[in-house]
Amino acid sequence: MVLEHLGKGLRIVGRRAINGIWRLGFASRFFLFTLARSATSFRRFRGLTFREIYFSGVLSLIIIIVSGLFVGMVLGLQGYETLQKYGSSEAVGTLVALSLTRELGPVVSALLFASRAGSAMTAEIGLMKATEQISAMEMMAVDPIARVIGPRFWGGVLSMPLLAAMFSAVGVFGGYLIAVVVIGVDEGAFWSQMQNAVDFRQDIVNGVIKSMVFGVAVTAIALFEGYDAPPTAEGVSGATTRTVVTSSLVILGLDFVLTAFMFKGI
Amino acid sequence: MIVALWGGWFKISLFFWPSRPVPMENLVEIKDVNFAYDVRPVLKGINMNVPRGGIVAIMGLSGCGKTTLLRMIGGVLRPTTGTVTVAGRVINRLDEEERYQMRRKMGMLYQFGALFTDMSVFDNVAFQIREHTELPEAMIQDLVLMKLNAVGLRGAQHMMPSELSGGMARRVALARAIALDPMLIMYDEPFTGLDPLSMGVISNLVRRLGDALGATSIVVTHDVQESLKIVDYVYFMSDGIVVAQGTPDEIRNSRAPFVHQFVWGEMDGPMPFHYPGAPYAADLELEAARGT
Repeated sequence: MVLEHLGKGLRIVGRRAINGIWRLGFASRFFLFTLARSATSFRRFRGLTFREIYFSGVLSLIIIIVSGLFVGMVLGLQGYETLQKYGSSEAVGTLVALSLTRELGPVVSALLFASRAGSAMTAEIGLMKATEQISAMEMMAVDPIARVIGPRFWGGVLSMPLLAAMFSAVGVFGGYLIAVVVIGVDEGAFWSQMQNAVDFRQDIVNGVIKSMVFGVAVTAIALFEGYDAPPTAEGVSGATTRTVVTSSLVILGLDFVLTAFMFKGI
Repeated sequence: MIVALWGGWFKISLFFWPSRPVPMENLVEIKDVNFAYDVRPVLKGINMNVPRGGIVAIMGLSGCGKTTLLRMIGGVLRPTTGTVTVAGRVINRLDEEERYQMRRKMGMLYQFGALFTDMSVFDNVAFQIREHTELPEAMIQDLVLMKLNAVGLRGAQHMMPSELSGGMARRVALARAIALDPMLIMYDEPFTGLDPLSMGVISNLVRRLGDALGATSIVVTHDVQESLKIVDYVYFMSDGIVVAQGTPDEIRNSRAPFVHQFVWGEMDGPMPFHYPGAPYAADLELEAARGT
């Protein structure tokens, strides 16, 4: 009896492991196909790529700007509260800028991008599959990877660093509003300390690299989940949820790995 | 002498001429096709012929493998064994590029139209023309309007798919399927969910467009009475095999139990009303109740 239960349990674990590996292989193959056909995709469907930048980038601006402003304002408040205890409240500008360019800008904007644009991409492609639009395209001798997936992939990848930059810029402005305008920290000290502390290559470029990596990860996950979604309402809903959950975990995991490589010498 | 030389050269040149598809009577030939999804067999040794210019219906219960067969003719799925030949070329032996080339000569109407929801009616019909030709926009406009006129929806060119009724969406999808004047048009359940008027319109269009374009048509359907009015030949499938075939008159007069049940919509017959399961009494635990 015990052996029977053990065998059943092992079979379930084995099946899940095999399914997981199979899915990972399918996802890798899908990603490679997307990259391989991207050249055709970008040459032929440049207009569609710009349209996707609009959908995933421009339409995400509101949430990015508003969130960036509030995150910057909170950083300004918290930073001032802590720094004034040590008599260095002028360093609040440095704290806000470094926090945003190195970490919060790329990470929070990627999390917001995954929930706003990533989930929309998954739902759109999942529904296209459920309503046989993808299949119809294939039957019309049009490659859906080049026509549907490619433009969305590059649209997402190009949008992400721009959104992260916008998030950081607005965040710094939010910090300025609270620290300088509301609390009364010296404006000159705020900006000059920030200028001295923030290094272009070390902080800005690394932040941009992070956001590009997050852009590739989030967009690839969102597109794969949509393409692989079972063609039912439940299937699309599950795929959308998986996009947000998987993307968020991957962003945080990748952030740790990238940070370890980028800032290990500091 | 000259004639003999000319004849000899002609034979030699024919010998070295690149092999071309031989003109054939059947546009589609399906031979001994088997297919399985994972380990579940769907098609078991199917043989079918679709004559050039004809309209052939494939009928059968849901899940009997009709749509799978259409996808195989389109080269989306490959049979496990057997061959699917279209216009003299074995589809399942073509590489991806060649299959895409073949699909340009095919049109397919999906069960619910499968229109691209982010494009207008006009752009849906123009989609394939824009993708596969370098025609100027003015000519594309004329072609699209001609196709829309053929299905009676020229006036709906600016509408979006969400604004169309089920019947209209099916007609737009039909216009899109014939956009490049295909040699083969496949219809996957074209009558599903339509009111009687729309159903009559679609079935007439299937016949008229097939005749006007000289195209070969394959109609996968459950709707026996409507399809028997327009098709030239019928195949009945059940559980992955062809169980009956014939002209519409032969089908109507058939005494075969399966065909009779299907055509006349009888509740019980070779296809049982009850899904196989445990005995009714056992499910209701009547035996147990009697025992206590």
